[in-house]
Amino acid sequence: MKSFREWISSGLPWVWLNASAVSVCILLVLGLLGLIAMRGMGHFWPAPVYEISYAHQGGDSQTLVGQVRTREEVLASRLTESGLEVEPGVEFVERILLKTGNRDQTGDDFRWILEPGIKQKSRPEDMAVLERTEWGVFFGRISGLKIEGERYQGEGLWEEFTRILARTDELREQISDLEGGDVGRINYDLEDLRLSERKLEFRNVTDPAAYREIEDERDALKAEYAVLEKSLISLNEAIRRDSVFMTTGDGVEVEISMSTIIDAWQPNKMTLPQQLGHYLRKGWSFIVDEPREANTEGGIFPALYGTILMVLLMTVVVTPFGVIAGVYLREYARQGVLTRTIRIAVNNLAGVPSIVYGVFGLGFFVYTLGGSIDKLFFEAALPSPTYGTGGLFWASLTLALLTLPVVIVSTEEGLSRIPRSVREGSLALGATQWETLWRTVLPMASPGIMTGLILAVARAAGEVAPLMLVGVVKLAPSLPLDGNYPFLHPERKFMHLGFHIYDVGFQSPNVEAARPLVYATALLLVVVILLLNLVAIHVRNGLRKKYKGLET
Amino acid sequence: MNDSNPLHVDIQSKPDPIAPLSADEKATVRVKNLNLYYDSVQALVDVRLDIPDRQVTAFIGPSGCGKSTLLRCFNRMNDLIDGCRVKGKIYIDGKNIQKKKVDVAELRRRVGMVFQKPNPFPKSIYENVAYGLRIQGINKRRVLDETVEWSLHAAALWNEVKDRLDEPAFGLSGGQQQRLVIARAIAVQPKVILLDEPCSALDPISTLKVEELIHDLKKHYTIIIVTHNMQQAARVSDKTAFMYLGELVEYGPTDDLFTNPTEKRTEDYITGRYG
Repeated sequence: MKSFREWISSGLPWVWLNASAVSVCILLVLGLLGLIAMRGMGHFWPAPVYEISYAHQGGDSQTLVGQVRTREEVLASRLTESGLEVEPGVEFVERILLKTGNRDQTGDDFRWILEPGIKQKSRPEDMAVLERTEWGVFFGRISGLKIEGERYQGEGLWEEFTRILARTDELREQISDLEGGDVGRINYDLEDLRLSERKLEFRNVTDPAAYREIEDERDALKAEYAVLEKSLISLNEAIRRDSVFMTTGDGVEVEISMSTIIDAWQPNKMTLPQQLGHYLRKGWSFIVDEPREANTEGGIFPALYGTILMVLLMTVVVTPFGVIAGVYLREYARQGVLTRTIRIAVNNLAGVPSIVYGVFGLGFFVYTLGGSIDKLFFEAALPSPTYGTGGLFWASLTLALLTLPVVIVSTEEGLSRIPRSVREGSLALGATQWETLWRTVLPMASPGIMTGLILAVARAAGEVAPLMLVGVVKLAPSLPLDGNYPFLHPERKFMHLGFHIYDVGFQSPNVEAARPLVYATALLLVVVILLLNLVAIHVRNGLRKKYKGLET
Repeated sequence: MNDSNPLHVDIQSKPDPIAPLSADEKATVRVKNLNLYYDSVQALVDVRLDIPDRQVTAFIGPSGCGKSTLLRCFNRMNDLIDGCRVKGKIYIDGKNIQKKKVDVAELRRRVGMVFQKPNPFPKSIYENVAYGLRIQGINKRRVLDETVEWSLHAAALWNEVKDRLDEPAFGLSGGQQQRLVIARAIAVQPKVILLDEPCSALDPISTLKVEELIHDLKKHYTIIIVTHNMQQAARVSDKTAFMYLGELVEYGPTDDLFTNPTEKRTEDYITGRYG
């Protein structure tokens, strides 16, 4: 039997300690990802719709239709305290959160019911779920159709309904194409014309020809718009032509215009492959669709787009700045008290709370720089600000500032790891310091610089607080990159996944309904950061391979 | 300048250790009263010597005697070291290279250098040799191809690498890397090649190859080699300089210096009594 002392000096406890620290880290990360994934990804599954005959506290029985969101065990005493009657001798009562939908009918989406009150529970095959543009989902049975003003009833109602739904879908697509494409362009051009007219006025141009030219262009655009408007009106009429009659659980018939229905399915009838297909389709549309109903429904595409675009723009800004600063500090500056002070200051900058950067960004970039830019170049648009308000560009600059220390430090680290012999080898061949740096040292330091960028990207993509001050909004009317010249609009406000999580989860009118979306959005944010990092790591590994053998 | 040197008087009173070059030898490098300081420490004391054209001159001496420091003066590598001050004159081909307005990059093109440890760049074999040319703005493929092949031939490496010029230089063995670095140095056609203990990181066979190479190269280049290894100095060099504590103690034809040293310190060193 070995003594305790020997066991200690064998180093075994140390190994165990290390291993357990690593396992705790892995467990925490996996647990977090697992929780987010489970909660977020379950949302798109076509859950069955139950028809429940329910009698609340021995009252009259009523029919509820809905999907089970959660179940939980409640202490019976807690229920009695809140004035509910519970059978004596029961310790726990199960209660169910039922998503009943039909907010336009009942006023709320969710309802807690107590398990003992359930008299009967079934999954009728003809129960349908309608996803609508307003009032959330609708649960009920189809009871009739109105096609071109005539009521249609009888066999094959659902099949006929899906056929009309496909038609409205197509119409809706045409409308959004028109609105987003040509109408958007005309509006953009009209605004452009208004600004150029104002500019002429500012410059005191009196030549009527200049004004006439603008007027002519405007007339041409307006004529074009009139044509488009006509087709828009006819499309809108066409989409509103038909409607569907639905019966709710308690037998009320409701007429719903086809134009408000986005999707419809009968989950209780679905086979497993159908369910899977539905799941994937919904998951995809979550990524590529625009949000609806104050962000609590629909997709998150603009937020995803804004996040990625902002991170890329940030990278483009921070890389040259950080690398150049790092190179100067390490290669050119005389090493002394001043450089040491600067280095300490840079390191401390990394520890400044991000909201402070937000305040600085707002005060300096937005108000000072943006205000001056507006006065100099966008006078015509005043008093409404162009750059003098938060926007993509300022947000990227603020985050670039936030991540600058990381890039500077890692650049310095990377440079200091290049052996002296390589520099001397290059200098001895008649290269200047600049040529040595550019041809040999910087390429060799590039993996280290990439490591800094990876950290910077990870930090920037997850940052929310400063963005709230410098350009992120709950709902942006247009994307910061689109088909209108000059395509990239860095002055526009944008949406961001991190802010979206905060907004949907804590600022939305219907928190309970939006909760799964919060998890799904969080999952997507993590995936986006992961993907951005993977790309950077891939690039770094390529560079490492290219410049390997550094240590020999 | 010399008055500030307390050792100056001593040295002046001694017999001149510099063996004058014979009449048919032309001096490529001339060092006059060279003093070098690292901050307040004097590393070279009043060094004076002439190095002949197209011969191999070896610097020997114990560690820290200043032989590498002296070598690095010839291409002004010491400029890179903070706190290093050089006083005195060094003429290469009759031009004082210590002057401020000397183009250091141009000087280093004329005076190539090979270091103790092979230091190829993280590039292909081809690009390593072409590096110096590309810096001079020569990018014509034909010129580069020719020079690379010629330099590798001259460095006796061509047959070993001709089929893998595009492979990374780190794939070569230590001895091959050192010869690659020599090829890289001669690709820019320098006049003088400085070798700073070129074989100290190599195995005996590679050392032999590099020594043979040095022997071949001296037909075209003035070679100055720093070595710890007295046998090596005896094998490869025509002239040998013995340095001790920053002073040039004795300098003369290699055979004379090893067989018949005039200075006591030289004799002690080459017979292994210290160092």
